[in-house]
Amino acid sequence: MRVRFLGILGVLVLGLAVVLSGYAKSAEAPPPIKVGAIFAITGPASYLGAPEEKTATMFVEKINAAGGIGGRKIQLIVKDSAAKAENAISFAKQLIEEDKVLAIIGPSTSGESMQIKNICQEGKTILLSCAAAEDIVNPVASYVFKTPQKDSDAVRMIFKAMKAREITKVGVIASNDGFGDAGRKQLDKIAPESGITIVISEAYDKAATDLTDILTKVKGREVQAVINWSIVPAQSLIAKNMKQIGLDVPLFQSHGFGNIKYAQQAGEAANGTLFPCGRLLVADVLPDDHPQKGLLMEYKKDYESRYKEDVSTFGGHAYDALLILTQAIKKAGGPDPEKVREAIENTKNLVGTAGIFNFSPQDHNGLTIDAFEWLTVKDGKFAVARGESRAGGEKRE
Amino acid sequence: MRFRRYLPVFIGALLIVGFQVALSAAGATYYMTQITMSAYYALVVIGLCLLMGYAGQVSLGHAGFFSIGGYTSAVLTTCNLIAWRDAPLVAWCRSLGLVFERQDLYGATILSFSPWPAFLAALVLTGLIAFLIGLPVLRLKGHYLAMATLGFGLIIYRVVLGARLFGQSDGISSVPPFPLIAGLQVNGRSAFRVQNYYIAWAVVMAAMVLAISLVNSRVGRALRSIHQNEEAAHSLGIDTYRYKLATFVLSAIFAATGGALLTHYNGSIGPGEVTVMKSVRYVAIVAVGGMASLWGALAMGILLNFLSLRGVFGTYDDVVFGAILIAMMLFAPQGLLRVPRLRLLSSLLSRRSHG
Amino acid sequence: MDLTQIVQYCLSGITIGSVYAIVAIGFNIIYNATGIINFAQGEFLIVGAMTAVSLYQVVPLPVAILLAVLITTLLGGLVELVFIRRVRDASVLQLIVITIGLSIVIREAMLHIWDEKVRSLPYFTGTSVSTVSLLGAHISPQVIWVLGVSAVVVTALTLFFRFTLTGRAMRACADDRMAARLCGTNDRWMVTLSFMLSAGIGALAGCVISPVTQTQYDMGAPLAIKGFTVAILGGLGNSIAAVAAGLLLGLLEVFMVSQFQVAYKEAVAIVVLLLVLVFRPHGLFTRREIGALRAS
Repeated sequence: MRVRFLGILGVLVLGLAVVLSGYAKSAEAPPPIKVGAIFAITGPASYLGAPEEKTATMFVEKINAAGGIGGRKIQLIVKDSAAKAENAISFAKQLIEEDKVLAIIGPSTSGESMQIKNICQEGKTILLSCAAAEDIVNPVASYVFKTPQKDSDAVRMIFKAMKAREITKVGVIASNDGFGDAGRKQLDKIAPESGITIVISEAYDKAATDLTDILTKVKGREVQAVINWSIVPAQSLIAKNMKQIGLDVPLFQSHGFGNIKYAQQAGEAANGTLFPCGRLLVADVLPDDHPQKGLLMEYKKDYESRYKEDVSTFGGHAYDALLILTQAIKKAGGPDPEKVREAIENTKNLVGTAGIFNFSPQDHNGLTIDAFEWLTVKDGKFAVARGESRAGGEKRE
Repeated sequence: MRFRRYLPVFIGALLIVGFQVALSAAGATYYMTQITMSAYYALVVIGLCLLMGYAGQVSLGHAGFFSIGGYTSAVLTTCNLIAWRDAPLVAWCRSLGLVFERQDLYGATILSFSPWPAFLAALVLTGLIAFLIGLPVLRLKGHYLAMATLGFGLIIYRVVLGARLFGQSDGISSVPPFPLIAGLQVNGRSAFRVQNYYIAWAVVMAAMVLAISLVNSRVGRALRSIHQNEEAAHSLGIDTYRYKLATFVLSAIFAATGGALLTHYNGSIGPGEVTVMKSVRYVAIVAVGGMASLWGALAMGILLNFLSLRGVFGTYDDVVFGAILIAMMLFAPQGLLRVPRLRLLSSLLSRRSHG
Repeated sequence: MDLTQIVQYCLSGITIGSVYAIVAIGFNIIYNATGIINFAQGEFLIVGAMTAVSLYQVVPLPVAILLAVLITTLLGGLVELVFIRRVRDASVLQLIVITIGLSIVIREAMLHIWDEKVRSLPYFTGTSVSTVSLLGAHISPQVIWVLGVSAVVVTALTLFFRFTLTGRAMRACADDRMAARLCGTNDRWMVTLSFMLSAGIGALAGCVISPVTQTQYDMGAPLAIKGFTVAILGGLGNSIAAVAAGLLLGLLEVFMVSQFQVAYKEAVAIVVLLLVLVFRPHGLFTRREIGALRAS
């Protein structure tokens, strides 16, 4: 019995030595500014997390190559949550309590963001989420911000374009994830005031492999247009299936369509799709004096030459998050959490990939309907939809 | 004599305290977060070890029971009955103290169940569902049982993902902390870290004591005989079906306890807790720890979950468990500690001599 | 609902049902030879499709598909040789656990070889907007390919098992391995062959559905789950019944969509699985004695 006890004690001491030595090594010299990132690089949301991680790494390397901020380099600590909320929670606590990061970029999905929202708020760590749910910033938590555009603005843009085409009866289909759920909520809410009737509203599984049955159901209701609200690759099926079963009505997509691969997957069927999106996708056809053009072209060039794949708006959200953060650190004169937080809240007219940001204590998203451009697909490429009534001009809250 | 079999519990308790003291001294108490979370996951593993290792029944859907416990607690403690404040049933609950008014995180007043009744409801509900599922399903054998449990897990996933009540894809957040007794509460905030470490371990040790006494009782011997050869056990007069069902329900309740407490600790729960991968993980941990070794399963549960939650496996997280499953089944089907070279380690941890 | 809509729904159901059926047949081949349910079956479809997509960049489509099928067939054999053969006197639990582990590992390997992006093969005939008219309903020509290939595969397999020596040897092994060995069949090789065959037809199925469903590294698991639901529905080991069961499940899912919220569609397969397991585990189309024999 004694042998056993001593044996276990020996193992314990050994284990402690390992732990403590690791801890001792981490005492450091002149500190870099630590920024944490939680992305869903692998797993079911990898089409979001992978481009976000690539963008973030690229952005930080660029800033460090130019000397960092105020002479201090940025240390980006990336964690792959694989879209698992418990990992996001554990990593958030790790980043806040152990690495003591100034801010966390991400997570990629709404579910994860909602689950760490309170943790970051209580830990007084700035959270710049790349997920789209309105709940992330509503109700407003002082340390929590998000960079993607508002769903409600996208919805309004779609409805306005529909009214211009005298469409009143629509069918709505959405994926059953956070993005789709949030979109459907907004669509249901805003439809009455826009004079649009949603005659059928269905959610399909995000891993769906064939949507002909759902579209057959929609076809049976004699809709004048179909709105698809999702961010998953399965949405390419919609355009194809619609044409294949002979449902020849206009297809409107959400800003979750913001990856040229989705249009390419759908091939010819994607031509004519209409959707609101950030201007990143049509950066090359923007007029040269457009405030976003310079930034967008630079990001596009850097990303595409380095990673050999097309940019997507999803990566852009990570870009915006880091941009907002680094600008705020510069304004605040250093990585003091409360000062940086205030600086973010007072950020005005910051040009980003998703739009031009104007934050305030009540608005932790900073984007309005102007952030969107009305786009279509022509010959397999994204193009600005000419001749459509753009929803620009008025500021909507 | 009997004291001997609980000896590892005391040693375990010493280790736990020792670890905490060491971490606090080193200022590294943040490791406790992952250890606490792993401890709650380990509750599932302990129950599953009883079911798979001792009763010999496979379950590929135990994440479902974990989630029923977690979601029930979450729904009851975050629902808002304020609109029905004066309805007779609600008023009665209020008078009993089951339901009470509180401020939610954004300052609004809501009327929801207090955590204790929610917790008990979660356990009862899970036990009931396990009983109802177990009745038909435990008559199946082998592959069919595995499929049925897999199907059960999938159904819970679909329900949780589809219903507005369960928050659909985003799950339920803003779950309040769980005040246990006299100042102790299950709470994920850093101020409560050490406290929660001990709470989690207390629950786990209680579960281990329960499991050990079960295994060494008549019931445990009956279970082991069922595992060895069900027909022979049956012929000896053991009501195999009843024992299997009882173990199934017990393991479900263990899982639900872990689920409910972790939900309060994290302050949230989502559909990610009910996936097939999660159930597979629990099975992998029991396999690696030793099908019929409670301590092995516990140790592996803590270790693997701890490493996984700290991100040590990086993007290879799922592969690690997949590889463990394959390697275990090829090389050490009875668990790591039974492999001859590791026998010494195993004999350090347990009294039993192995044949 | 008018007739055109009904036909449209039915075609949808039959299409997806035939995919389920092919996956189920893959299960059945392995189950018949070894008594194992191969949870990694779904991955063979995806490996086949992904390989074909990569090969298509250098060779014409038919060649790419052929090569992909061959490569996946070899992969199936390799899997059996390396992992399954070693496991002697394995309990059911062990076998289930190994194949689950295999499906996870193969899936991750695919992620690292091909990354997370969605890919698809081009439509065999026509494009993404082509549509043909069948009994008043409109479908993509690829659907006809799917149905056609499924029919050919089922017929070929039936003939193979009934009329060729190897096929009959495999059936002998399934019925009574010891007796087959005594008659001189190399039963170990039969097991390997069964894995290869399953992998091969899985790959072919994966290729033919790729234009329709698109292919992503993690699509294997959901397909496998539907596949073995269908296999159990028809009766484990009974391939003809699997076809009928597949079509039945496909039509049932489509029926749910037409009448209820689409959200319940996914639950249908699982509920069916549970009901079958509880009330008639030997399957709808298999007699109880045969089912009992097979399960032992």
